[in-house]
Amino acid sequence: MKSTSKKARILRDLCLIFALVILGLASLVIMRSRGTEGAYAIVQVNGIEISRHSLHMEGTIPVNGGTNLLEIKGNRARLVDADCPDKLCVRQGWIQYTGQCITCLPNKLTVTISGGDDSVELIL
Amino acid sequence: METRKIAQMGLLIALAMILSYVESRIPAFVAIPGIKMGLANIVVVFALYRLGFKEALVITALRVVLASLLFGSVLSMAYSASGALLSLVGMTLLKKSRLFGTVAVSVTGGVLHNLGQIATACLILETNAIAYYIPFLIISGVVTGIVIGLAAAIVINRLDPDRKVKDDEEDDEEGV
Repeated sequence: MKSTSKKARILRDLCLIFALVILGLASLVIMRSRGTEGAYAIVQVNGIEISRHSLHMEGTIPVNGGTNLLEIKGNRARLVDADCPDKLCVRQGWIQYTGQCITCLPNKLTVTISGGDDSVELIL
Repeated sequence: METRKIAQMGLLIALAMILSYVESRIPAFVAIPGIKMGLANIVVVFALYRLGFKEALVITALRVVLASLLFGSVLSMAYSASGALLSLVGMTLLKKSRLFGTVAVSVTGGVLHNLGQIATACLILETNAIAYYIPFLIISGVVTGIVIGLAAAIVINRLDPDRKVKDDEEDDEEGV
């Protein structure tokens, strides 16, 4: 009994893994397809917008009292420096489409790309 | 018997903490917050199969509290507690169904751990913008879950209490 049910189990395991991968890829495709070229980079701390910056300008701006350094160039935004230890936000690189987001968990800061006319583009 | 169990659980908590420490020393290999190997989950999966749900819950709770205090912060405790709890409940249900093997149980645990964490992050940061990471967190949960599940399956088989010493090993190598 053990060996027959073992094969069936491995098959079911593979099905479950396959289903989860499909779920992950599908949600990725859906999120990507909903994004359009953004107009603003919105900086939020604890869910409160502290500043917004047009993506059409160029420059490097300290945000959140200098904890993070935002760079905007060529309609894209990224964080070039942060005072947090892991610097994961810096490694997340450039974002430019609506809904895309950079998170700095230690500083509770997010940078979100917004479309323009509306306030904050919320995905979910 | 009772003393034996206490000793076993103490040993497993210590092991889980060492694995948490090792993991805290490994720099993040993907630039997305929350993506981790989840090495300590080997211990939780093992405890779930060899000891039971209650024991796994105690080990998880103590591991989260102790590891966060020693290697993390109060905030990281909130993230890992929600992830670990959701993951343990999901793994227990999947195991109870008796339909799946260790790898699927561990994969479910990995994915649920990541989803629990992102839900907590949404609450703490008071924004749902970070839902953007969900696809990456699902896929990373699957990948790490497979690795952890395979490792846990080997340990579970090797440490079978009913198994005779020097039993031939090709019989039940993986997938308990």
